[in-house]
Amino acid sequence: MSFFEAQQISISFGGLMALNGVSFEVNKGEVFSIIGPNGAGKTTIFNCINRYYDLDEGSFIFKDKDISKVRPHVVADLGISRTFQNIELFKNTTAIDNLLLGRHRHRRSNLFTEALFSPFVQRQEIDSREKAEEVIDFLDLQAYRDQMVAGLPFGVQKTVELGRALAMEPELLLLDEPSSGMNMEEIEDLAFWITDIKEELGITILMVEHNMRLVKEISDRVLALNFGVVLTQGDPKGVLGHPEVMQAYLGDEGVSITG
Amino acid sequence: MRFIMKRDYYQDIRLFKYRSTFFWYLALVIGCFLAPTVLDDYFISQLTFICMYSVATVGLMLLTGYTGQVSMGHAAFFGIGAFTSAILSSKGVPFVLALPAAGLLAGVVGIFIGLPALRLSGLYLAIATMGFGFIVEEILVRWESLTHGNMGMMVDPPSIGPLLFESETSYYYLTLVILTLTILAARNILRSPTGRAMIAIRDSEVAAQAMGISMAKYKTTAFAISAFFTGVAGSLYAHKLTFINPESFTIFVSIEFLAMIIVGGLGSIHGAVFGAAFIIFLPQLIIMTKDYMPKYLADQTGLDPVLYGLMIILFILFEPLGIYGRWRKTRFYFEMFPLYKKDTFRREKKYFKAERH
Ligand SMILES: Nc1ncnc2c1ncn2[C@@H]1O[C@H](COP(=O)(O)OP(=O)(O)O)[C@@H](O)[C@H]1O
Ligand SMILES: [Mg+2]
Repeated sequence: MSFFEAQQISISFGGLMALNGVSFEVNKGEVFSIIGPNGAGKTTIFNCINRYYDLDEGSFIFKDKDISKVRPHVVADLGISRTFQNIELFKNTTAIDNLLLGRHRHRRSNLFTEALFSPFVQRQEIDSREKAEEVIDFLDLQAYRDQMVAGLPFGVQKTVELGRALAMEPELLLLDEPSSGMNMEEIEDLAFWITDIKEELGITILMVEHNMRLVKEISDRVLALNFGVVLTQGDPKGVLGHPEVMQAYLGDEGVSITG
Repeated sequence: MRFIMKRDYYQDIRLFKYRSTFFWYLALVIGCFLAPTVLDDYFISQLTFICMYSVATVGLMLLTGYTGQVSMGHAAFFGIGAFTSAILSSKGVPFVLALPAAGLLAGVVGIFIGLPALRLSGLYLAIATMGFGFIVEEILVRWESLTHGNMGMMVDPPSIGPLLFESETSYYYLTLVILTLTILAARNILRSPTGRAMIAIRDSEVAAQAMGISMAKYKTTAFAISAFFTGVAGSLYAHKLTFINPESFTIFVSIEFLAMIIVGGLGSIHGAVFGAAFIIFLPQLIIMTKDYMPKYLADQTGLDPVLYGLMIILFILFEPLGIYGRWRKTRFYFEMFPLYKKDTFRREKKYFKAERH
């Protein structure tokens, strides 16, 4: 049995088939990338996993459990965290507060102990902070710890979002275009971090990415999607060199590969 | 090799990060306790109203300022609290039980009112909660066997054991203690997972769910906490006025609560208290400004409500972060003098979100 699996998933918006019978398997401990032109349906896959949308058909299996009918917050509780293509941070709070929110699924306190800020809650807060500080050290976010995220540069916001997902200590991490809007230097850092996340933290990664160099460099396997249909999947070299994939990116309107 | 840096995280979770802050608040509390020695009864009574309303606005602040859910129905929780306490007291239940019971019943009703918030947001939620307010008002009028309808109810001044809270000063102390406990509980919740979850919902529901935050649980929790505090405030109100009827809990009271937290500054507990103080002192302020007006204008009927509205509008226009925002800027100005830059606060945005998508 595979670690994470999409079985024949389909969803349509009005008349538009955004996903049409998509299937893939992600093995534990690998980086699995999804590529495809804009509008291919990549983000929609993530939004379906997170249960923001209901699948019309098919299901997601995570560690032998069907997660395609659970309530949205349960997905995170089960150990799946994500970042968003268009940053979704808690804007009016500090970077550290965003990371602490990542700790939410590990809380053991209730409203009454919290209202009294009992020693148990204090202990828990200190543990959460220790964990959050580890992530801050890992991603070099020390300088931004106590700053409001709304005022931070775009690249830093993306890093804070990655940090928030890591603070959750997930088993599966979904990254939606992690490098978009980042400069060269930040992308280099990102490549290292993703490799570290996989190798040192042992977290499995499912990534949507437009930067083909990054995809080639860090993915174990790649899936190419176009108009909601799987074109091909397999090892990075084979998929990126596949004629249909090149056609999808360069064909028709000449859609830019980084667009 | 990796160096583990030892940090003292206990400092990060303290209520007062700096020793100086602690002493300022201590001074404030002592000042509040000494107030009756220098102020006359009328003024102390006004302070009592500020404390009482602040308990309610702290509750509304948690819901609207921190969770981002607008309520135009808080007068209903205020009324439920007031009538619960009045009815229980008339049946001989001691105040120490009637007060929390008032909060609890309001809180339970709050859970149910929170349910529509799972589907509605912004203006739609405002309208739904307003409808709830009308319904409760109607129930309070119609359920005469319990509430005496429009005739209203007499309420005794409360007593705890041998202590009778009848004089202005003693009642002031009672409300002050309850306000202090309310603020402490609110601060504690806000620095714990529940409070952070509420803020998360305010800033991004989508991301909050991705953190494992259940909308159903935390929105209803926010409504329940908010209604609880407002119900407690209602109980204090009933025992202070010693007479209540359903007319004291109309939509205007709900709007007044909202005006208080918006003028005070959304997203801050200070703001909830400042706002209550401002709105309660506003009539006095208006009387004072009248002295500087030409007589024919000052004698116009209907001037007071116009000035009242005008002051609130001016506040929101020129100080969208409320009194608390103004206070912070002023403090910052003196701390940074002469380095203060005008742009420092430009980035800060209003927390209040009317509608998403
Ligand atoms: N909520 C929605 N309502 C209607 N159409 C949507 C919605 N979400 C996505 N789509 C459509 O589905 C298609 C796939 O979108 P998306 O998954 O965002 O593409 P991408 O591969 O660029 O991430 C697009 O045509 C998009 O317009
Ligand atoms: Mg996308």
